[in-house]
Amino acid sequence: MVEWTDAERKAISTLWGQIDVGEIGPQALIRLLVVYPWTQRHFGSFGNLSTYASIVGNAKVAQHGKTVMGGLETAVKNLDNIKQAYAKLSVMHSEKLHVDPDNFRTLAECISVVVAAKFGPSVFTPGFQEAWQKFLAVVVAALGKQYH
Amino acid sequence: MLSKKEKKLIKEIWERLTPVAEEIGSDALLRMFTSYPGTKTYFSHLDISPGSTHLNSHGKKIVLAIAEGAKDISQLTVTLAPLQTLHAYQLRIDPTNFKLLSHCMLVTLACYLGEEFTPVAHAAMDKYLSAFAAVLSEKYR
Repeated sequence: MVEWTDAERKAISTLWGQIDVGEIGPQALIRLLVVYPWTQRHFGSFGNLSTYASIVGNAKVAQHGKTVMGGLETAVKNLDNIKQAYAKLSVMHSEKLHVDPDNFRTLAECISVVVAAKFGPSVFTPGFQEAWQKFLAVVVAALGKQYH
Repeated sequence: MLSKKEKKLIKEIWERLTPVAEEIGSDALLRMFTSYPGTKTYFSHLDISPGSTHLNSHGKKIVLAIAEGAKDISQLTVTLAPLQTLHAYQLRIDPTNFKLLSHCMLVTLACYLGEEFTPVAHAAMDKYLSAFAAVLSEKYR
């Protein structure tokens, strides 16, 4: 079981409390598709992703970013049982979506960069970053758990 | 592959950040030490606590080297030759750690540049730091 210190719990809830999933989610997904263009392979049905402008203007990308970021709510509400809480989603990503779990790690990095850009160094301190990244790492691990 | 536009963008960003090299460098290092405690093992001979002289001077050194490389990215192997030797034969830092510092450097840049650290700048910077790390480890074996 994952051990969370009080400081880590506080950092995670503070950050989550200030995150607008409709804003951060799309930005994180856009960064994933722009910085790591090979990730576009999973979004064939999203239409035009051929240029930076088309990715930024793509409504499906924005909606999906919001959906994925909103999915973190489950983890925030189940901090002490993230593995269990994500079991079904893990199966779906493996059996239905066929996403390489490495992509979860990469998206997590993009989320951290977007959060950093949004909150700046006085909020997203090294300590907060540590807690946030640990949180994302646990979610990433849970999403990859049901792969076989 | 870095495009001409990307090389120009990277050069401009690091030119602007050179005056605050110490602040940027120490911030990135501190973030790395906090999130990835294993990286501290390479600094057991220094005091790398927040605000320490060593943390500041070391951070400054690293950022200045990155900025120097950015002045002419096509000449990275020439510019970094002495540092390649240093890292391969003396420091022998496991190259996986370069990725960790690169990520923290991106977070630091995002913190300080905010909206200006656009997805395009982020992509270019990630490519540059990856290339920098690759060149740095070229003499390892």
